[in-house]
Amino acid sequence: MVLTTQKESKAIALNGDEAVALAAKQCDVDVVAAYPITPQTIIVERFSEYVHNGEVDTEFICTESEHSALTCCLAAAAVGARTFTATASAGLALMHEILYVTSGCRAPVVMAVANRALSAPINIHCDHSDSMVERDSGWIQIYVENSQEAYDSIIQAFRIAEHQEISLPTMVGLDGFFLSHTLENVSVLPDETVRKFVGQRQIPLVKNHEGKLVPYKLDPENPITIGPLDLHDYYFEHKRQQEEAMRKASEIIRKIHDEYANISGRRYGNGRVDSYRLEDAELATICLGSTAGTVKTVVDQLRAKGVKAGLLRIRTFRPLPVQDILEALQNVKAVAVMDRSCSFGGYGGPVFHEIRHVLYDSGTHPHVVNYIYGLGGRDMSQLLVQEIYRDLARILETGKIDKSIQFIGLRE
Amino acid sequence: MILEWKFTAKEIAEKPELFMSGHRACAGCAPATVHRLILKAVRGPTIATNSTGCMEVTSTIYPFTAWKIPWIHTAFENVAANASGIEAALKILKRKGKLKHEHVDVIALAGDGGTFDIGIQALSGAVERGHDFLYVLYDNEAYMNTGIQRSGGTPFGAWTTTSPAGKKIPGKPQLKKPIADIMVAHEMPYVATASPAYWIDLLKKARKGLEVEGPAFLHVIAPCPRGWRSDPSKSIEISRLAVETCVFPLWEAIDGEYNLSAPSKVIALRPERKKAMEEYLKTQGRFRHLFTPEFKHIIGKIQEVVDRRWQKLLKKCGMA
Amino acid sequence: MNTQEKKSWKEIPMAGVCWVPSTAYLTGDWRTYRPILDSEKCTRCMLCHIYCPDGAIAWKAETNEMVFNYDYCKGCGICEVECPVDAISMKLEGEG
Repeated sequence: MVLTTQKESKAIALNGDEAVALAAKQCDVDVVAAYPITPQTIIVERFSEYVHNGEVDTEFICTESEHSALTCCLAAAAVGARTFTATASAGLALMHEILYVTSGCRAPVVMAVANRALSAPINIHCDHSDSMVERDSGWIQIYVENSQEAYDSIIQAFRIAEHQEISLPTMVGLDGFFLSHTLENVSVLPDETVRKFVGQRQIPLVKNHEGKLVPYKLDPENPITIGPLDLHDYYFEHKRQQEEAMRKASEIIRKIHDEYANISGRRYGNGRVDSYRLEDAELATICLGSTAGTVKTVVDQLRAKGVKAGLLRIRTFRPLPVQDILEALQNVKAVAVMDRSCSFGGYGGPVFHEIRHVLYDSGTHPHVVNYIYGLGGRDMSQLLVQEIYRDLARILETGKIDKSIQFIGLRE
Repeated sequence: MILEWKFTAKEIAEKPELFMSGHRACAGCAPATVHRLILKAVRGPTIATNSTGCMEVTSTIYPFTAWKIPWIHTAFENVAANASGIEAALKILKRKGKLKHEHVDVIALAGDGGTFDIGIQALSGAVERGHDFLYVLYDNEAYMNTGIQRSGGTPFGAWTTTSPAGKKIPGKPQLKKPIADIMVAHEMPYVATASPAYWIDLLKKARKGLEVEGPAFLHVIAPCPRGWRSDPSKSIEISRLAVETCVFPLWEAIDGEYNLSAPSKVIALRPERKKAMEEYLKTQGRFRHLFTPEFKHIIGKIQEVVDRRWQKLLKKCGMA
Repeated sequence: MNTQEKKSWKEIPMAGVCWVPSTAYLTGDWRTYRPILDSEKCTRCMLCHIYCPDGAIAWKAETNEMVFNYDYCKGCGICEVECPVDAISMKLEGEG
């Protein structure tokens, strides 16, 4: 990722939440329906200020719960509005049912998730358990490394979600507190540039019950019925359509990312994965989110000592960038997958599952191990990352794995 | 003062059927009649939304739809949030010059399932926020779609599958939640009760609800022959008896001021016209267990509750 | 509809949008009893049209006749009960 200064953009001190709110504002969102939850609160507060000061023309609904928040966004999107919401942790969990309904209705809602641990016990700090559990929900999932990327990704998310061949809701995950509340220098594009990039929402056409091809929106002029009862004869086909949209999304996400990179001068790998010094790496870690920053520092330290270390950051977790992962890891000999969430009773964390699974068919079989870390905001320090690379080096040397799955940073 | 809508029966008969035939509701389903009538009260471009329930399921079995107007269903507990989102989108699209209609009405329809219990949070929130929509509660007094389980709207003593008429506990031990009064307590512009038997009253109230600026709530009693164990041909008659026995009085509260509607006013003025509870209860198998020596005292209790609530209502209407 | 008539996922509209009106589904075969109207007795009060859950009774203005649509009538009998002049009687299907 390269931060360049453009003639017209300016750098502002913003935390991740503020950057997200600003991006949503610049995208001329029509309806925002949200409910506050730490650490997303700054997003809704900042956006409320925009609305109350007349800086943005948006209907802002302070709903009575997150479940209603996403419902309002879904229903508003069904009328043709551009919609946005934000949540975290228990709020996302409360919305769970509606996440599936939103993707099933192919509503292009954009949502920021300030990744936070799930209760119990209640914890307000960062981990990925809230959005990891939604990986089956049919939403496109992007995880960002810093506030700059949070800003850039929200803008891209509207284009991705609304793309007529996709039409899927999209969530952008930013690490709670680490990104949501930490000030960074964020390079902000001029309003006009963003407006031009996202454009107006284009509505796809569908055949309605009058036999006409009409825009997919609730419009008395061209009535449609959304959200019917499917029996066993059609549900399967509808789900297959969603899967097709996900498959098409992969290439489109890259294209939109590249288009944005041309405008902003900022790119994040190919939009799907972001490799760091992986070209000739033998030892690699894979992670999502802000931890990548820490890992990059350690990779540089190791490289200085002649260790062939690298990092693969997965930016787009859904749709899973299978080819990108295979290409990135083709020469790597030992891989440590870092999971900031736990799948209790499973064999390792969710990212570990996906990576190992992808590699199984690949032909190259590097050693793959799993580190569950950072739950409930437990800090992932450089020292711990160094430990991981030491483990990888040992695995490479001996060819033996002591433990496939470990908890790191935990007091045993 | 909201303009009184005047119409003739023939004018109503000439209006299009926006809730089309071919839906899969049971024979004698009063909620289906209610849906047809509500859509006859429509005054212009309208978008409707239903919660999960009998009417949603029977009217939209894919790929068929009975809805001639734009319609959306998302989940069970959130129809009021649907309506909120739709209303907000219409508002902003109009403000941004992207809406071709001058005004679009929004109607949310839900059963007692989606209103009294699981749906009350979203309803309360939507009303508190003041969205401009009409909420129609078609009350068949149980979770009918899933097989006649009790709801907060099930009356005291009624049999349902989760409040069966057992040897120890004969039917539902709790009272019917006074949902319409709860809505009046929200200080919302318009709340009313209606019965499909009094179709003129129902149509006028539906139209008033649409015309009012802000949220409106219409509680309609809608017998279910399956769940009430009643004769399908008597659904309208039973919804008439409900009013005549004061089990379900008809009234309006405009900005919190209660007023009895004609069919119930008649009884208030001439109490001798009030029909006996038994006449209503014996039409429905769900109360059959109350006609045994063991449980017939419960009828007295039901009468007590109905009378108490009726007296309270009369007081609110200044007719005590 | 039998299975051979069902469409593939590529042929149906996205997001589960319904593409057939309910009127294509005839519910008339649900009936056991069918309503028969005595047009002489009928006062054109419209109550049968108003109360019918299925909208199966329409008023044809041009001929001032109540028209019963037996494609959809489920035979519930509400019309017979509510008719104020007893102009409607339910007869067993198949009987004269």
